Amino acid sequence: MSFPDFLRTDRTPKRVAVTSPRTAAARRARHPVTREIDEQTMVGEVYMSSLIRTQFRLALFVCTVLACVVCGLPLLFLLMPELRDLRLLGIPLPWVVLAGLIYPAFIVGAWLYIRQAERNERHFAELVERR
Amino acid sequence: MNTGYGVAGVVLVMLAAILIGAYGIRVARTTSDFYVASRTVSPLWNASAIGGEYLSAASFLGIAGLILTYGADMLWLPVGWTGGYLVLLVLVSAPLRRSGAYTLPDFAEARLESMVVRRLSSVLVVLIGWLYLMPQFQSAGVVLSTVTGAPSWAGGLLVAGVVAMNVLSGGMRSITFVQAFQYWLKLTALAVPLVFMLLAWHSRGAPGIAPGDMWAVPLHGREHPVYSTYSLILATFLGTMGLPHVLVRFYTNPDGRAARRTTLVVLSLLGAFYLMPALYGYLGHLYLPGLAGTDQVVLTLPGVLIGGIPGELLTALVTAGAFAAFMSTSSGLTVSVAGVIAQDILRGSVRSFRWATLMAVAVPFTLATGARLLPVADVVGLAFAVAASSFCPLLVLGIWWRRLTTVGAVAGLVVGGGLACAAVLVTIISGPHDGWAGALLAQPAAWTVPVSFAVMVVMSLLTPGRIPRDVARTMVRLHTPETLDVDRGDWRPRQA
Repeated sequence: MSFPDFLRTDRTPKRVAVTSPRTAAARRARHPVTREIDEQTMVGEVYMSSLIRTQFRLALFVCTVLACVVCGLPLLFLLMPELRDLRLLGIPLPWVVLAGLIYPAFIVGAWLYIRQAERNERHFAELVERR
Repeated sequence: MNTGYGVAGVVLVMLAAILIGAYGIRVARTTSDFYVASRTVSPLWNASAIGGEYLSAASFLGIAGLILTYGADMLWLPVGWTGGYLVLLVLVSAPLRRSGAYTLPDFAEARLESMVVRRLSSVLVVLIGWLYLMPQFQSAGVVLSTVTGAPSWAGGLLVAGVVAMNVLSGGMRSITFVQAFQYWLKLTALAVPLVFMLLAWHSRGAPGIAPGDMWAVPLHGREHPVYSTYSLILATFLGTMGLPHVLVRFYTNPDGRAARRTTLVVLSLLGAFYLMPALYGYLGHLYLPGLAGTDQVVLTLPGVLIGGIPGELLTALVTAGAFAAFMSTSSGLTVSVAGVIAQDILRGSVRSFRWATLMAVAVPFTLATGARLLPVADVVGLAFAVAASSFCPLLVLGIWWRRLTTVGAVAGLVVGGGLACAAVLVTIISGPHDGWAGALLAQPAAWTVPVSFAVMVVMSLLTPGRIPRDVARTMVRLHTPETLDVDRGDWRPRQA
């Protein structure tokens, strides 16, 4: 009994490059956006300003939250003097916040920012490199 | 007090600096060697190096002293010096790394394509550097005379001399690992005595802050506390990004992404460090209220609370940490200032770098011996105010606003930087003044920063013809992730 050809192991099959007949045509059909950016066409500029705007909005959002917290605290202590002497576990509230809790809050804020900024950049890269 | 241990600590730190400097000549021969080698440095090492260079005498000694003197309002100082990195992270870090600039003048040149803006930035870097160096030398004098009784100029001369020698030999140039080690040394030198002191405090019944103690209540202490607090917040949060010796470290990240990660680690390291000065200030308030108004509380506390040989050893550790703080910050600043003087003011050769180093050290040392002794953290705060009113608008508008023009940038730097410098000079030479004028001059950021931004924006809008020609290409360079294959232009910083 003889095996059919495709089950025989003693003969290595010839290697063939697998290509799609349409690749070259598809490539020629549209410019990648990176080229639009390089040539500073209108399309390229639109992509670039959308990236800058997205990143700037994110930065502005973080700065606004930060400003509210940081500039709000003295205002809060000014307008509500009873907060200045409030105690948490025997420690005055201003000290709990300013000498302790605010530092981990900074780190969490920075971590969240980095996650979102990198996500924005990934989206941009996918958008631009799509053909 | 037995001075032997303290002197031994200082000598040890100085010897280590000299040895590392001598050894470093063989490791880091040129700037670009260093930069290329450092591409393999991880964010943790990079961030430790930034922390090592950043935590100066003001952080190590000054904050605790100011907290002891003025109470809760001064807690904003370490908060701002840490939070400044959050602002730097979101507005500046990745684009700045992507710009490829080594220094602030490099960035100004790359973005605005103008030598005028570059020269102006150089002048400001030198002024900020000198203003920052002066109190480091003064503190070194204070510490050395506390430990040994030497005259007050001796400590400054010692630090200035060793730093100049190291920078001249090229050794301390920018060795990341040395600076990184300094961070951990400073952290240890403050943390170990603190642990022992907290144990001593606990064994004495762990007294808390008495109810009604106005010292612990915010918005007290100085005149015009509300204005001063807001101005301090503005200066520290926005000034961090404009410090010349911090910025150069961002180039040692491989790409913009790593620059962001490094900044996150810096935030964590600084947050850990800055938990301690407040505790020193508090213990000082309990046990050494008579030291208010000086920078000595950190040095004196361990001896008072612990006593005996252990107390002396802990004092020696703190003293060594303080000298590490003077050395690392001064080295970083001197390298930055000397590089800028040599390249942009004296036009470049090796000989001019030698002259530049001497100028970078001699001028602030002369100022330090001549000027009145102000609290170190106050003077460093003034350096932050100048940075916040000059480089902060330049960086933020340069990175995010296409319509910034050369004229706008020059006008903003001249007006904002000029006003802030004038306020600083008046405060240092003839201050502190009373009343509103005094508060406005001692904490200028609240008015100089808005003025600087406004001038830069208005003058740019008035001169639309002076927008740099290649701004579109520069924006691509600043904002696209490095993985994308796009044309980023061919600008390269000139080698020092």
